Amino acid sequence: MEIEMCLISKDKMESMASTEKLRFVLDGVKSGNIVVLEGGLTAEEQMKLIELTMIEVSDDFPGIEISGYPSKRGGFFNIRRKTRLTVVGPAQKMKTIKKGKDLISTIISSS
Amino acid sequence: MMIRKRMREGFSRWIKALFFRKKAVKIGIYGPPNAGKTTLANRIIHTFVDENEDVGVSTEVPHETRRVVRRGEVQIDLAANSLQNPTSNPNAKRNKAKLKLDVVDTPGLATKIDFRDFMAYGMDEEDAKRRAKEATEGVIEAIKWLDDIDGVLLLMDSTEDPYTQTNVVIIGNMEARRIPVIIAANKMDLPDSAPQRIKNAFPQHHVIPISALKGDNMELLYGEMAKTFK
Repeated sequence: MEIEMCLISKDKMESMASTEKLRFVLDGVKSGNIVVLEGGLTAEEQMKLIELTMIEVSDDFPGIEISGYPSKRGGFFNIRRKTRLTVVGPAQKMKTIKKGKDLISTIISSS
Repeated sequence: MMIRKRMREGFSRWIKALFFRKKAVKIGIYGPPNAGKTTLANRIIHTFVDENEDVGVSTEVPHETRRVVRRGEVQIDLAANSLQNPTSNPNAKRNKAKLKLDVVDTPGLATKIDFRDFMAYGMDEEDAKRRAKEATEGVIEAIKWLDDIDGVLLLMDSTEDPYTQTNVVIIGNMEARRIPVIIAANKMDLPDSAPQRIKNAFPQHHVIPISALKGDNMELLYGEMAKTFK
C-alpha cells in the first residue's frame, strides 16, 4: 500500500490563516497522508492542533503523531520564536523513534 | 520604643493582610499520561492539607484522570510543616519557603488516544471506547485550563525519553505566554531513572528530580515552587 507524503512550502503555510492552516494539516493527515511543513507550526499552533485532533478522534482515527525541531529564539529582544519544521502523520501509520534538536527519525508503515 | 515599633509592624502586617492579601496562585500539574501527576497532587495535599484527602486515584492504566481537578487554598509552609524527607540532608539549612496555591491536577496530554490500548488492560470494548472518549475530552479540558493558570509544574517520567513533542509543546506554550515552569523529573526511585537526560533536553529550565510516590526530594521541589511561583 502506498503512502502519500505532502511537503508544504513555507510560502503556502504563510498564505493561510492559523485556523485554516490547522484544518489543512488535519484534513491531510485524516486522509492518511504524512504532512511535512517547511517553516513548521508554532508551539501555540501545535497545541491548537492537538485540541482539534482530540475533537475528531474516533474508532478509525486515533489521533496524530507530530514531531518537529524545537523553535529558535529570534527577532527583537528574542521574543519572536522562529519555527523550523514540523512533521505530522496519522498515529496508526507514523511513529517517531528518535528525536533530537536537529534530527527526527520516524517509521512510517502502511497499516 | 521597641514596643511601639513592634505594634507599628504588627498593625502594618494586619493592614496588609486585610487589604493586600495575596490570592492563591493556580499551579497546573501537566505532563504526559502516567507521569505521576495525580500521585504528586495527592502527595502535596497529604503533606500540607490532610493525609486522608486524595485529589484523585492513580493506577497503571493511562488516562486515569480524565477531568481537571482543582484543590484550592493549599498553604505550603515548610517552616511550620514537619516535612519528613528521608533523603534530605539533616545538616542542611532548614527551608522556610511559603506559598499559597490552588493545585490543578490535569489529565495527561496526548496526541493519540486509541481505545484498543485500553483493551490491553483488560477492559471490554464498550468500556475502552467510553474511556477513550472521556480521555479526549480530558485533554481538551487540560489545554483550555492553560488560559487560567499562573504556573506550570511539568511532570516527566525520568525513566522515559523526555524529548517528546508533547513536552516540547507544553514548554513552548508556557514560554510564549511567559508563564513560569518547573520541570519535575519524577520516578527518581526507579533504577532506569535518568534525570540528567531531562536536564540536557531542557537546559533553560529548572529540573528537580523527585519521587512523588516515595516523597524523595519534595522539600527541594516545594522550595523551588515557592521561589518561582510567588
